[in-house]
Amino acid sequence: MSDSDAIDAVGEDGDTDRRGRPVPTGVPLLELRKLSKHFGAVEALTEVDLQVHAGVVTALVGDNGAGKSVTLKTIAGIHPPDGGLILWEGRPVHIRAPKDAASLGIETVYQDLALCNNLDIVQNMFLGRERSRGIFMDEDSMETAAVETLKSLRTTTVKSVRQTVASLSGGQRQAVAVAKAVMWNSKLVIMDEPTAALGVAQTAMVLAMTRRLAERGLAVIFVSHNFNDVFEVADQIAVLYLGRLVASIPAAHLDRQMVVDLVTTGTTTRAIATSTNQIGA
Amino acid sequence: MAVNADPDRSPAGALEPVGVRDEATPLDATAPAAPDSSVVSLDAYVRAYVARVRSGDSGLLPVVCGLVLISVIFQVSNSHFLGVANLVNWLQQASLYMVMAMGIVFVLLLGEIDLSAGYVGLVGGAIAAEMLSGTHPWPLGLVIPIALLTTAAIGFGQGLLITRLGLPAFVVTLAGLLGWEGVLLLILGTGGTVPINDKYFTDIATGYFTNLTLSWVIVGALVVIAAFVLWRRDNRRRSSGLVAPPVALTVMKIVAIAVAGTALVLLVNANRSILKVAPIRGMPWFVLEVMGLLLIWTLFLGRTRPGRYIYAIGGNKEAARRAGVSTKWIRTMGFTICSVNAGAAGMLIAGQSGGMATSIDGGQLVLYSIAAAVIGGTSLFGGRGKAIHGVLGGLVIAGIVNGMALTGLSAQLQYVITGLVLLVAVTIDAVSHRRADTTV
Ligand SMILES: Nc1ncnc2c1ncn2[C@@H]1O[C@H](COP(=O)(O)OP(=O)(O)OP(=O)(O)O)[C@@H](O)[C@H]1O
Ligand SMILES: [Mg+2]
Repeated sequence: MSDSDAIDAVGEDGDTDRRGRPVPTGVPLLELRKLSKHFGAVEALTEVDLQVHAGVVTALVGDNGAGKSVTLKTIAGIHPPDGGLILWEGRPVHIRAPKDAASLGIETVYQDLALCNNLDIVQNMFLGRERSRGIFMDEDSMETAAVETLKSLRTTTVKSVRQTVASLSGGQRQAVAVAKAVMWNSKLVIMDEPTAALGVAQTAMVLAMTRRLAERGLAVIFVSHNFNDVFEVADQIAVLYLGRLVASIPAAHLDRQMVVDLVTTGTTTRAIATSTNQIGA
Repeated sequence: MAVNADPDRSPAGALEPVGVRDEATPLDATAPAAPDSSVVSLDAYVRAYVARVRSGDSGLLPVVCGLVLISVIFQVSNSHFLGVANLVNWLQQASLYMVMAMGIVFVLLLGEIDLSAGYVGLVGGAIAAEMLSGTHPWPLGLVIPIALLTTAAIGFGQGLLITRLGLPAFVVTLAGLLGWEGVLLLILGTGGTVPINDKYFTDIATGYFTNLTLSWVIVGALVVIAAFVLWRRDNRRRSSGLVAPPVALTVMKIVAIAVAGTALVLLVNANRSILKVAPIRGMPWFVLEVMGLLLIWTLFLGRTRPGRYIYAIGGNKEAARRAGVSTKWIRTMGFTICSVNAGAAGMLIAGQSGGMATSIDGGQLVLYSIAAAVIGGTSLFGGRGKAIHGVLGGLVIAGIVNGMALTGLSAQLQYVITGLVLLVAVTIDAVSHRRADTTV
């Protein structure tokens, strides 16, 4: 199938998601148009079109190597795209560096967490945005703020926010990475497999937190291989297959088997819950 | 842990500008999930320290043990080793390694290396010597800045090659090691030596305050300031519920600083002249210079944003980049600071030997300084280290050099021993690195 056949059901009249909220219409917060990226001969992304709305959790699924992480890194300014457009609140933007993304209000929780093991929790949460008083950093105020955020997320079991990340468990590191992303007044929070390393309880916590972000009007892009998590948290499910976006459909219109089909073959023969949606030929 | 996944509870605190607390999110101080950021008891602190040492983060422990060991061994073989005269002599020899090694700490923190620092420093010394010699010597107030700026420029240039062209630091600075020795030979010319007769310049390395009260005043003031800053900071953190050491520990630190200060003054105020006729007493300038540099670099690394970024890059370069840190500039800055320190060490060398000579071995100088930084506790793997490591490591290296000479052992043996000590330090470093990595 070609990318132009990709399903995009967001914005159709009268649609409601499974929580009974109208699916947002109007200008998407973030829109990718024919976004392409290659690494040498490897076509990581081919003309990806995707709309991300405020107040919506958009799950991005796909097999290993489908291009999920590359998509996120393009939005986050890690890999500038080779072709296509990124629109932010309807206006084309150039996100060339992580700073550009941050100044737009885009925060990312990376798959590899991107934490410095040798720094402590506070230092990691404020990395690149330290508060200063004169030439020196204002450690006390940063520590207070970090503690506040961690407490409000009710996430962690850490003994001290002044211990190095090297001494934390995988789940604790994830919690720090998530806290780091939500501490700023962000508009879009991107999470690349945030629950991959977590146990049952911490997964539930991260999912609940993800919902709360959307309820507060933030856009969330949520990448996961775990379809339980995806169906629990997502309003909209976008599927990448070999670097192409093959579907973007409200979660309420999909079932697990269809997502599995889309992820593994790029198409599904199963009927979609509403007549208005079509799978590309 | 208490995970609260109830979506009805407001998450608001997470999104508020920091510092604003949302009433809907009461901070439950008793909840085990909340990070416990209160003052820990001394007992807990000691236990945490022991746990840290066992997990590989042994801090200053190995180098302090090393210093004690060196003192005992050499004192047993020669009873003059810990005499006043030799102690000050030891400090003076150490000062070059200390200054040089503090710079090396910067590049090691970045996970890089600088092999050229020795000759870069000597080039700085040679430039100063050239400017001060001849019939029209330049004023000292220009000579020192120009020499230091030149070394800074060299470090900056090498840093640009490494960060902009992506060349390995090892190769670029190896080229520097060779190239700057050549430049040094060119500067010093056929004679091979350029003597310095400027008394004020040599005083940088050999001068001292003859006024004994001044030693007490200077060190006393420093101790009082340090104690005040330490006390106020820890107190403020304790009272605002931040992570803070127990009162007892703060007091212990202050006492330790006071004891060290007193010991230093007693040492420098004692007569260190070997000849009984003319006593030499008073605070050497180089001690204050080293302490000043130590203070500057400690504050820089620990309290400023560029300093923080040096650690971040050494810990996870990609994470630093994603956090918006301009990693190339910070790394270039690290190489520049290393070279400036080398330049300062070059001034000390020129001052101590009353000039610059081609016989001074910049290769050995930089290797000893790298060894000093590592022996002091700075990790070769990047991200772990402090300016004080360069100082303490420099003391160890100079202690070995000094002790071996004093006990009449051959230079060959000195190299072997230094090599072995470095090996032990690297082993400690590697083991603790592995431990830190596997305690996930
Ligand atoms: N920095 C890079 N250099 C070269 N190729 C890359 C790079 N990053 C990603 N790729 C390639 O791009 C393709 C998409 O990778 P990506 O990491 O986005 O996959 P993913 O969907 O996130 O997979 P996973 O589920 O395993 O995380 C892969 O073929 C990968 O090899
Ligand atoms: Mg990925």
